Amino acid sequence: MAQTIMIDPVTRIEGHLAVEVEVDGGKVVNAKSMGMMFRGLELILKGRDPRDAAQLTQRICGVCPVTHATASSLALDNAFGIEPPPNGRLIRNLILGSNFVQSHILHFFHLAALDYVKGPDIPPFTPRYEGDYRFPADVNQQVVATYLKALQMRRKAHEMTALWGGKMPHQQAIVPGGVSEVPDSQKIAEFLFRLQELQTFINNEYIPTVKAVAETYPDYWNIGRGCMNFLVYGGFPLEEGMDHVSKKKLFPSKVYVNGQLADLDIEVINEAVKYSWYEDDTGGTKPTEAVVKPNTAKKGAYSFIKAPRYNGAPMEVGPLARMYVMGEETVTQLGEKAFSVLGRHLARALECSMVAKAMGSWVTELEIGQPVCTPHKIPDSAQGVGLNEGPRGALGHWNRIEHQRTAIYNAIVPTTWNLSPRDDNDQMGPMEQALIGTPVADPDNPVEVVRIIRSFDPCLACAIHLMTPDQQTISRCQIG
Amino acid sequence: MPTKLSRRDFVRLCAGSAAAISLSGFLVPFIKEAAAAGGPPVIWIQGGSCTGCSISILNTVHPDIEKVITEVIGLHYHPNLSAGAGSLVIDEMYRVAAENSKKFYLVVEGAVPVADDGAYCIIGERNGHHLTFVQAVKELGSQAAGILNFGTCSAYGGFPATPPNPTECKPVKEIVKNVPIVNVPGCPPHPDWMVGTIAHVVLYNELPELDAFGRPTMFFDKIIHDNCQRRQYFDNAIFAKNFGEPGCMLELGCKGPFAHCDSTTRLWNGGTNWCVKAGGVCIGCTEPQFPAWPIYERLPEMPVAPGITATVDQIGGVLAAAAVVGIGGHLAGNIYTGRIGSKKNQDMKEGDE
Repeated sequence: MAQTIMIDPVTRIEGHLAVEVEVDGGKVVNAKSMGMMFRGLELILKGRDPRDAAQLTQRICGVCPVTHATASSLALDNAFGIEPPPNGRLIRNLILGSNFVQSHILHFFHLAALDYVKGPDIPPFTPRYEGDYRFPADVNQQVVATYLKALQMRRKAHEMTALWGGKMPHQQAIVPGGVSEVPDSQKIAEFLFRLQELQTFINNEYIPTVKAVAETYPDYWNIGRGCMNFLVYGGFPLEEGMDHVSKKKLFPSKVYVNGQLADLDIEVINEAVKYSWYEDDTGGTKPTEAVVKPNTAKKGAYSFIKAPRYNGAPMEVGPLARMYVMGEETVTQLGEKAFSVLGRHLARALECSMVAKAMGSWVTELEIGQPVCTPHKIPDSAQGVGLNEGPRGALGHWNRIEHQRTAIYNAIVPTTWNLSPRDDNDQMGPMEQALIGTPVADPDNPVEVVRIIRSFDPCLACAIHLMTPDQQTISRCQIG
Repeated sequence: MPTKLSRRDFVRLCAGSAAAISLSGFLVPFIKEAAAAGGPPVIWIQGGSCTGCSISILNTVHPDIEKVITEVIGLHYHPNLSAGAGSLVIDEMYRVAAENSKKFYLVVEGAVPVADDGAYCIIGERNGHHLTFVQAVKELGSQAAGILNFGTCSAYGGFPATPPNPTECKPVKEIVKNVPIVNVPGCPPHPDWMVGTIAHVVLYNELPELDAFGRPTMFFDKIIHDNCQRRQYFDNAIFAKNFGEPGCMLELGCKGPFAHCDSTTRLWNGGTNWCVKAGGVCIGCTEPQFPAWPIYERLPEMPVAPGITATVDQIGGVLAAAAVVGIGGHLAGNIYTGRIGSKKNQDMKEGDE
């Protein structure tokens, strides 16, 4: 007899997520990913100075604000027909890169690790799901100590971001045409000082802790497989050039579909709404044409998240996708085991080290005294696209400017891909697919389920950010 | 260790000219002692938010966040830190609130969407039904000894409440009445502002002194422009025309002349930097109307002294409210002597070229 388990809220993620799974014969046979909050930010941007978008869209998410500021500014650069000077490109990379490091450390230790280690017996570490904690007491204690140390480390990573961005969360320096902060020898030294400490932590403690979890929970190499398709827009440009896809980047633009690597083509992306709380006639649109008319009375719908698809296929985005398509050897040598809960954690840790190392070389490429920003003029009408990679995966921003004001704004964010509900062909989203077949030992303590969910590092504020609610149609989603 | 720290000394420590980068670790033993003697439990909930305020408080230096959550307060629920999930944590949160009625403090992060019975934000499941954020704020808030609004969204509505306010977001004070409320605005607030406010309620079991907008005066009685390190540029009429240039940021849209906070001297992220030092503009994120104004356009008129209303097309009420609080008299003087001039709104966009 099947049993339904509702987990609402899923804690230790960003935002408001509920997950419902149906368990039959000790295994998950059905899963629903349900996004539970939106703020209607697109309407707020409409009619404003287009340059406001970078500052305002980063308020979509306080964990990964830089990603939005960068994508938004890339879209403005594109619309304005400008590009940053080398210093501007490098400092944008440093601001984004140091927040990658911050976000990955935060995710593994402070959001995910308590699924594998027992925290101290005080709130907020109690109450917790009981059961499958496998570390012996002394190792458990050691990981808790690393959890606490990681709090200091992620704070220092934010200091690195603030050195170039002014403050974090919500940096002030990324602007159309580049950045506002100028390089000098003191900032470079302060950045390198912190970077060295962070690299030591990542290589000597973060990666080994992930490996310790992998050795103790080896069954998670076979749990949480997902859709086995990857989408990477590409990020961290290494050279100047107006064409995002073709220019050299730390993370190249690639896709992996049905077992094949291929070039990225953003023209084949569209968003389905059959199972989302929106009118059916708004489905199947391209990112530039997105129209959103909510309808929470819609039968069968169960999420505010839409279902973006690449040529009709659900796509996983994030560190595993990036490491896999760029051929990072530790990850690709895992073979099928890469598509798993542990594959995602390991890829994230290795990527953290890779980004930190790259920043060490970018910061030394800065030319003191050279410009950081290309001046701009707001065109009367234009449109732009900004493709980027955030800690959680591929992020795209699309704008249209009319009469020097924002007319249309749209973004498709990483968690929209990963946590999407079913599409028009009833294909489940990547995380939903990853849950199917998972053994659940104790339905009262569904720890296996939350381990899979958290391996995707969901960010719900991002996933449901730009809805255009029709004030009349939003009604019940079974309230009270 | 002395068991009593006078409020005057406490406020002096928080306002911290000596410990400019952070609250002094000197405070911790006092707070710990107060907490051990039965300091209030804390419940932290998030609504129409981005989690930025929670991430910001993790950046606290003295005391560090480990001390805050293990020694200073009993943090009984936090969406990003709580180990458990689902009804396990929601039920626990309500149990703690009921058992500590009028003793616990509720931290609210995020605006409260009220359109369509709160359907825009559901924070969990309780007794088999969706628990809306507005319902949780009402139910928990009315039982709390006080409500700490961390961030501009819960304090004033913030970004999601900006016109046309698609989800009808409200600040907490319009949802819960008759409970003491302190607003700690900022997008996000500096960790010291949040930890300092928590420390005050733990030590004295009452709210700190507040200004007209409910902000603790120990952090929000200063004007950015008055203490800005680019202030000499302003006095010498040197204005940056492009990003990355030296000069006062006024022409590029800086809201420093009417924004209240101490970022100029406190600095952010362990004393590394702050908004205007990094060549950015102050966006006025601690003010009640943030972000209703254009971020990179110079305001057509500057807010002046109380009673003098600036003529503004786009942002009318905004400046009037800011003017009530008042700004440095020198600025009003500068406007009248014509140093700043008064460009028309249409000219602003070209200012950045």
